[in-house]
Amino acid sequence: MISTKVNLAGVELKNPVMVASGTFGSGAEFSEFFDLSGLGAVVTKGVANVPWPGNPAPRIAETPSGMLNAIGLQNPGIDVFVKRDLPFLADYDTKVIVNVCGHSTEEYLEVVERLADEPVVSMLEINISCPNVKEGGIAFGTSAKAVEDITKAVKARAKQPVIMKLSPNVTDITEMARAAEAGGADCLSMINTITGMKIDIERQTFAIANKTGGLSGPAIRPVAVRMVYQTAQAVRIPIIGMGGITCAEDAIEFLLAGATAVSVGTASFNDPFTAMNVVTGIEAYMTRHHVADINDLIGIVK
Amino acid sequence: MSTKMVLATVVSQEQLLGDVYSMWLDVGDMAGDAKAGQFIALYSSDHSRLLPRPISICEVAPEKGSLRIVYRVVGKGTEEFSGYQAGDPVRITGPLGNGYPLLKAPAILVAGGIGIPPMLELARRLDCEKTIVLGYKDKLFLNKDFEPYGKVVISTEDGSCGVHGNALDAIREAKVTGQVIYSCGPTPMLRAVKAYAEAQGIEAYISLEEKMACGIGACLACVCNSTEVDDHSHVHNKRICKDGPVFNAREVIL
Ligand SMILES: Cc1cc2nc3c(=O)[nH]c(=O)nc-3n(C[C@H](O)[C@H](O)[C@H](O)COP(=O)(O)OP(=O)(O)OC[C@H]3O[C@@H](n4cnc5c(N)ncnc54)[C@H](O)[C@@H]3O)c2cc1C
Ligand SMILES: Cc1cc2nc3c(=O)[nH]c(=O)nc-3n(C[C@H](O)[C@H](O)[C@H](O)COP(=O)(O)O)c2cc1C
Ligand code: FES
Repeated sequence: MISTKVNLAGVELKNPVMVASGTFGSGAEFSEFFDLSGLGAVVTKGVANVPWPGNPAPRIAETPSGMLNAIGLQNPGIDVFVKRDLPFLADYDTKVIVNVCGHSTEEYLEVVERLADEPVVSMLEINISCPNVKEGGIAFGTSAKAVEDITKAVKARAKQPVIMKLSPNVTDITEMARAAEAGGADCLSMINTITGMKIDIERQTFAIANKTGGLSGPAIRPVAVRMVYQTAQAVRIPIIGMGGITCAEDAIEFLLAGATAVSVGTASFNDPFTAMNVVTGIEAYMTRHHVADINDLIGIVK
Repeated sequence: MSTKMVLATVVSQEQLLGDVYSMWLDVGDMAGDAKAGQFIALYSSDHSRLLPRPISICEVAPEKGSLRIVYRVVGKGTEEFSGYQAGDPVRITGPLGNGYPLLKAPAILVAGGIGIPPMLELARRLDCEKTIVLGYKDKLFLNKDFEPYGKVVISTEDGSCGVHGNALDAIREAKVTGQVIYSCGPTPMLRAVKAYAEAQGIEAYISLEEKMACGIGACLACVCNSTEVDDHSHVHNKRICKDGPVFNAREVIL
């Protein structure tokens, strides 16, 4: 018997595989392909206090082994989300992690408070890498002081364990990770997309309307593995690793580097079954390597 | 009727013009589920190209479990597909999107360039009086396939065949009339169709394009501006892959 159970800040997942925020909606579309109960957790698209329209199109561009996106966090707002998406997810035997976005501390807190009494929600993931925020235009996620402050503010109101989702667009990721830990974060998730740009040379303009977009997919995987590894050496709280995971082998790299769980994002666009294939592939790897408990793999490469 | 991912097999591939290809794919049950105006997403076998290529369903043969796509080579993905031969596998998902409504009113089908392929299955299925207006730049393709299903009016931008000008010029010059328009083609043409339909006081159903990542409605990459609040996010952004690609022209702002 092998055990794939992992524990994230007191929340037990049946396996360490989840889906990355924004690549899976609230699961409804993917549930046409497979049973969401096979996943360790579903992480929803970012939800704000009110509906956000997002950015103009084109919102995405394909790049070598990856893509750029500037969706701009289009979402229906917390009211619709609580009435429509949470009851849908409640029907599955998987953990529900809600990704929260906002332009200001107050906006984050409004969503966090609305979710406090929703038993379906196991954890909150706070996206502090939005490009448009109040504080002098600096993202919440790129200054250690701001990371600590927003983490503290969220922790003071949240009823569920709090995951801080870190931006890789910083010089030293461990500084942000320590700031989140100091603010009381229960868990970290990383990495969000890396800011990039693509120019359409025929039209002689930007490939996406927002000019810049976030790079994701296998192209960023080595950066993500490195950041997870460095962060695992710097903090005690668990890490959810992501960035370009396409198969079990990719996921295991993250576990060995120190991630307790992993998220599949962009790869689901190439094949909607990717996350489920990662689940079964991890079991096969464990059997092949005679590993009985998945926790024996976490962070063993030092 | 739900969307599936299948490993399809190429039945045949034919070059219709310099850069326009026609491919029949063995897809099983999907052929019977597909509606005119829906599309499939094709995945590259090169994993450095992750995103699906949306291509309209041109024709289906449910009894054979096959469907046809007609596509233009514009980049790396379509170039790869154009090299496929009978027997080659290609991973696809489909059928995707909503498709055209099949009304009984006398219809005008208006298509331009690589917007022409989805009109073929529509022309086959529409059980009404219909005129098919096909706009080309210069060389024709697929026009003969339409002849059994209605009166075909051709326009070319270089004047080499039919009306000299675009599809809208052809409608005016050939005095084409109808009570509903079905259209697919480049955005400037769709804008003109929308304006024409509004001026005539008739309905127009138009098929839109946008870059797609998931193709199934989850990622919100492929939105267009809608006049009404959308069901998904309650803003004014409908998803072309899920709520479309076919919209009543009054629903969208082009
Ligand atoms: C609903 C729908 C139906 C379509 N039906 C047809 C059809 O029947 N025949 C046909 O020839 N073409 C069709 N297209 C356009 C077709 O999707 C693109 O030509 C194709 O994706 C180009 O891929 P590429 O790798 O050759 O080009 P590249 O430029 O290398 O592609 C790069 C990326 O941009 C995307 N992309 C490029 N052009 C378009 C476009 N016009 N629309 C959407 N995405 C694009 C690609 O999918 C890919 O992700 C349709 C598009 C949509 C949205
Ligand atoms: C289309 C798209 C939308 C995304 N939306 C969100 C979001 O709403 N909130 C968030 O925290 N991260 C969002 N992300 C980032 C992913 O969750 C993930 O961190 C990143 O894409 C790296 O993983 P991947 O390479 O497996 O995709 C989005 C990514 C993509 C590609
Ligand atoms: S492509 Fe993802 S929502 Fe349309």
